[in-house]
Amino acid sequence: MANCILEAKSISKYFYDPVKFKVLTDISFRVNKGDFVSVTGKSGCGKSTLLYILSTLDTDYEGDLLIDDETMRGKKEAQLARTRNEKIGFVFQFHYLLNEFTVLKNVMLPGLKLNRLSALEVEHKAIEKLKMLGIEHLATKKANLISGGEKQRVAIARAMINDPHIIMGDEPTGNLDMKNAEIVFDIFKKLAEEFNQTLLIVTHDLDFAKRTHRIIELEDGKLK
Amino acid sequence: MNLKLITDIARSLLLARWKQTLVAAIGVTFSITMFIALLGFMNGLNDLLDGLVLNRTPHIRLYNEIKPNDHQPVNQSKDFKSSYNFIRSVKASTNRQELYNSSAILATLDKDERVLGYAPKITSQVFFNAGTTDITGVINGIDVEEEIRLFHFKDYVTSGAAIDINRTSNSIILGKGLAEKLLANLGDVVQLTTAEGERFPLKVVGYYQSGIADYDKVQSFASVKTVQKIMGKPGNYITDIQVKLKDMSKAPAMAKEYSRLFQCDAEDIQTANAQYETGSFIRTLISYAVGITLLIVAGFGIFNILNMMIYEKMDSIAILKATGFSGRDVKWIFLIIAMGIGFIGGIAGLVFGYLLSLIIDQVPFTTSALPTVKTYPVNYSLIYYLIGAIFSLITTYFAGWFPARKASKVDPVIIIRGK
Repeated sequence: MANCILEAKSISKYFYDPVKFKVLTDISFRVNKGDFVSVTGKSGCGKSTLLYILSTLDTDYEGDLLIDDETMRGKKEAQLARTRNEKIGFVFQFHYLLNEFTVLKNVMLPGLKLNRLSALEVEHKAIEKLKMLGIEHLATKKANLISGGEKQRVAIARAMINDPHIIMGDEPTGNLDMKNAEIVFDIFKKLAEEFNQTLLIVTHDLDFAKRTHRIIELEDGKLK
Repeated sequence: MNLKLITDIARSLLLARWKQTLVAAIGVTFSITMFIALLGFMNGLNDLLDGLVLNRTPHIRLYNEIKPNDHQPVNQSKDFKSSYNFIRSVKASTNRQELYNSSAILATLDKDERVLGYAPKITSQVFFNAGTTDITGVINGIDVEEEIRLFHFKDYVTSGAAIDINRTSNSIILGKGLAEKLLANLGDVVQLTTAEGERFPLKVVGYYQSGIADYDKVQSFASVKTVQKIMGKPGNYITDIQVKLKDMSKAPAMAKEYSRLFQCDAEDIQTANAQYETGSFIRTLISYAVGITLLIVAGFGIFNILNMMIYEKMDSIAILKATGFSGRDVKWIFLIIAMGIGFIGGIAGLVFGYLLSLIIDQVPFTTSALPTVKTYPVNYSLIYYLIGAIFSLITTYFAGWFPARKASKVDPVIIIRGK
């Protein structure tokens, strides 16, 4: 058995507003090192909700979540923040770059927060990641002055800065045109195949999902 | 917590919104400026008004009060020991105003470590003769050198030199009001008559102006020797000893001690001038209240701006939290923003406050009551600057606290889901 990065153990989740409603029912699966997994399902089936739980951002659920064989239940907010910083990289539908900073600084921020390497080393690493994604020429630009496709690639570089165990994507291509979506998908594929990077991508785009290594399909909050 | 990184993020957020930052900082600057200027000015005035009375008031005055004897014969009698005695029409006994054994008292004061200095004095009622009318007045025989050193006598001599009453024999300094009544110019000779009927000519060498008109209409000053001569008393005749202490707060206790030791009356400055301390206290209280109100208003300005900034920066807060910044980190980012505003605004406020104080210090302020004062008085004491600096940080800290806490509680899921 390949080493397990992430394991969901019968996760259930309720929404309480406006009425009590079960969004997720008894979800269990594992993600192993190097997996390129996509989570698909119809709009409103709970796939984003599942991702927020898996990423430790949402702590209000039943069941158990193990990252790196370590349970996330009962951990304090600061410990969860530390785990996210160290082990999880995020790419959202919206890029969420900080407009006050340059592209380079945006990529560096999680690395500086982790504080494992010196600022100079983090900068070096950030440039390396930008190069890998073919956008190193943007490094000194302000984050609000680059195009949408470029922004999403910067966000991917930011997700990679701490060499996370897993990169999670929430509709990372949802806001992009065909061409840019293709570029982003190719990056993910390259990461998975060349760098053995574990990826968990939520998408409603079936074409996208079919090209990943494994599909987890949700229907009405249950695994199909 | 990586303070350097957090400070760096806080600084970038501040600079990105530098116009708002500036407005908030100006609010703090303005309030600190007014706080410093107001307190400096108020305390300058306080010092002036206190000085008006306290500087020339001895901390302890030793004298003999004219009063009935405490030990009436009927109380001494064994026969009436157990009864309560009512005595009517008691008169002051013919005790002398002179301090007994004054040279021994002075020798004791010389040795007392707590005493900064003392000035012996003789006070006597006299009549000044102006043509056919006699004007009642008081002549004070003073040790002018000690009076200048301890009680700022020189400041109140507006014309002529105070020291001249020592240099010129049979000379006198007249109160300004008294001199006007006598139509006496500098260099003139005035005639005075003592209570015993002796007549003496004295040369006017200066005018004295205390700022209290009634006082200036009766007072006059001569050397101790001259007054002893006028009154026909020997060289050890003294009616008052004015003592100045190193520590004014010890005055009441020491007054009691001296009263017992020297068998005379002793009055301390706190008893004699209680109302002045009350006045100073109230004025200080009011200026602090106004200053702190200004700061609190500035605090609300910062509170508003930070609140707005947090709504604007929801996305940034969400991603910071998603990528591993804890609630505590986010809280500190906003606290540092608030305190940065407070720090910069506060420093500028201290500088402007000092400049405003300098300007106030140059504004002409002349009044006949205060002959030595030409411009508004300002107190530059460092303590107000220190209080201003500390308060600017404290108010901005609290103004930042609530928005920062709100930012730390932002749930990234809600923000990210909303997009």
